[in-house]
Amino acid sequence: MNERFEIPARLKTTSLVLMIIGVVTLLIGAFTLLNSHAANHEIMHAEKTRFWIVLLHNSVFFLLITVACVFIQAAVSLAQGGWLIAYKRVPEAIGANVWIFGLITMIILFLIAFVFNIDGHNPIYHWVHPEGDKILEGKSGFLNPAMFVGFTVATIGLWSFFGRKFRAISIDQESAPKNATKNYWKTIRWSGAFLVVYALTQMSTTPWMWIMSIDAHWYSTMFSWYTWASAFVTGMSVILLIVVYLKNQGNLEIVTKEHIHDLGKFMFAFSIFWTYVWFDQYMLIWYANISEETTYFKIRQQGPYGLIWYATFVINFIMPILILMSRPSKRNYFTVSFMALVLIFGHWLDFYIMTMPGPLGEHWHLSWYELGIFAGFIGLFIYTVANSLTKASLIPNNHPLLKEALLHQS
Amino acid sequence: MAIKKFAVACYDDEEVLFPAVKKVRHSGYKMHDVYTPFPVHGLDQAMGLKETDLHVAGFIYGIAGTATALGFMGWIFTSDWPMVFGGKPHFALPAFIPITFELTVLFSAVGMVLTFCYLNQIMPGVKKHLFHPRQTDDLFVMAVELNDQVTEQEVIEFLKTTGAVETSVQNAETEWWYGRWDKEEDYQLAGS
Repeated sequence: MNERFEIPARLKTTSLVLMIIGVVTLLIGAFTLLNSHAANHEIMHAEKTRFWIVLLHNSVFFLLITVACVFIQAAVSLAQGGWLIAYKRVPEAIGANVWIFGLITMIILFLIAFVFNIDGHNPIYHWVHPEGDKILEGKSGFLNPAMFVGFTVATIGLWSFFGRKFRAISIDQESAPKNATKNYWKTIRWSGAFLVVYALTQMSTTPWMWIMSIDAHWYSTMFSWYTWASAFVTGMSVILLIVVYLKNQGNLEIVTKEHIHDLGKFMFAFSIFWTYVWFDQYMLIWYANISEETTYFKIRQQGPYGLIWYATFVINFIMPILILMSRPSKRNYFTVSFMALVLIFGHWLDFYIMTMPGPLGEHWHLSWYELGIFAGFIGLFIYTVANSLTKASLIPNNHPLLKEALLHQS
Repeated sequence: MAIKKFAVACYDDEEVLFPAVKKVRHSGYKMHDVYTPFPVHGLDQAMGLKETDLHVAGFIYGIAGTATALGFMGWIFTSDWPMVFGGKPHFALPAFIPITFELTVLFSAVGMVLTFCYLNQIMPGVKKHLFHPRQTDDLFVMAVELNDQVTEQEVIEFLKTTGAVETSVQNAETEWWYGRWDKEEDYQLAGS
């Protein structure tokens, strides 16, 4: 059995090319968008804002995916589940890189909040300068620079710490006696702590701070659940793609259709959950029909973003429910991989529609800059995760639940 | 109503039962069914039972629920008794979705339970022949159908070699019936 992963030359080239595309796009963006001299002031401001908001969209999206992978691992450990153990190195390798994406996100968020401004006001985070705006002044207890820095540093610090902690405990088990349970219980205790942290950040407050505050006048208490559902589906899709890739490379032979079926179930089930939260948030506002709440959906559903709005619904709900519902399709490597790719793109679009309409209005683009930055982040993700995967045996040989994972039937 | 003749073998351990099931399948004798006191993982594959189509039925019931809910509400609020709620259109789709969802779940859940009971012939008051009183207690019971191509002794001897602790030959009603247990005795008398 091929227990250790070696990065194939093709994968390395692909990831480097994608990263170069990202960096080149960023540089071109800095020279053209950020230095826009469009005659129309509105377009010029929109171009400058676009440079930053796309970076925010992608960095937060990738950070939340990586943390979702830490979450699934912690949740399964706490439930003493055996099904994930066969490929637990994959979420671990992703979790070990939370700090990289966290650092990038933190830099971008702080630059947006404190450096970026046009004529003394911040086009993305209006709450940075709340003077004269009654609603934002009322919210300044939560939405203020000190809270923003504190929350961001604490959240990203804790996530990075836990991501590396789980990885460290798991690798420590490699040198422990076979089936020793000391590290097993240790993981469970740290998992409990992580779930509390995760519930208080990703699932309740942090997306309010980072994403919802872009539309600072509007609020929804469901918003964090909604972003979490999106991130979780994407996280499961990413894990699935990496597992299938490793299997194609001749690694991870212990993973069978039974394990793939489980990941397919999660992708399917949480696509439904995403729709549930997405629709709940929409329907309550639609029914109450209060104008300060409906503006959020007015621009997204009936305005210039209508096409993307309905596209996310079709990709993230209609497609999974039609394609992933039956058992044979969840056990077919091609179908699940295809759906994983589709869902990653669909939820990327979902994050797109969370971030863009507020600051850009009708001046939105989905062209070279957006896709180039997306490519850059994909490259960085592949490169860092592949590097982490090479650093340990892909099969957790001494894990007490390994046998259960091998015999797993779904 | 069909009375058939069965050779019945009882096993006291599932580790004996599995090889026995495989041997009987390979021997070509016609296995009627296996009765166990608890669900045994993998027994369905060992017996060669095909995957259930219950989920297909569930999907159809679910679609029926969706259609019923949307159709009924749509009909009421657009043509039967149109009313205005909060300035919403008559066919207020988002407001219908929760009810549609609930009816979809209700139809598929209730429909699947009933279909499951029908397929397994379990319902309040429905009786089936018991091959051994201990088949719901601590014995694994296998019934092999006898026909004119095999002899009783031959099958019983074969079943004994597979590790059966108890064997018997029984005339049994294969279908379910509604009523009392002693009805079966009448059938058996009539059949034998």
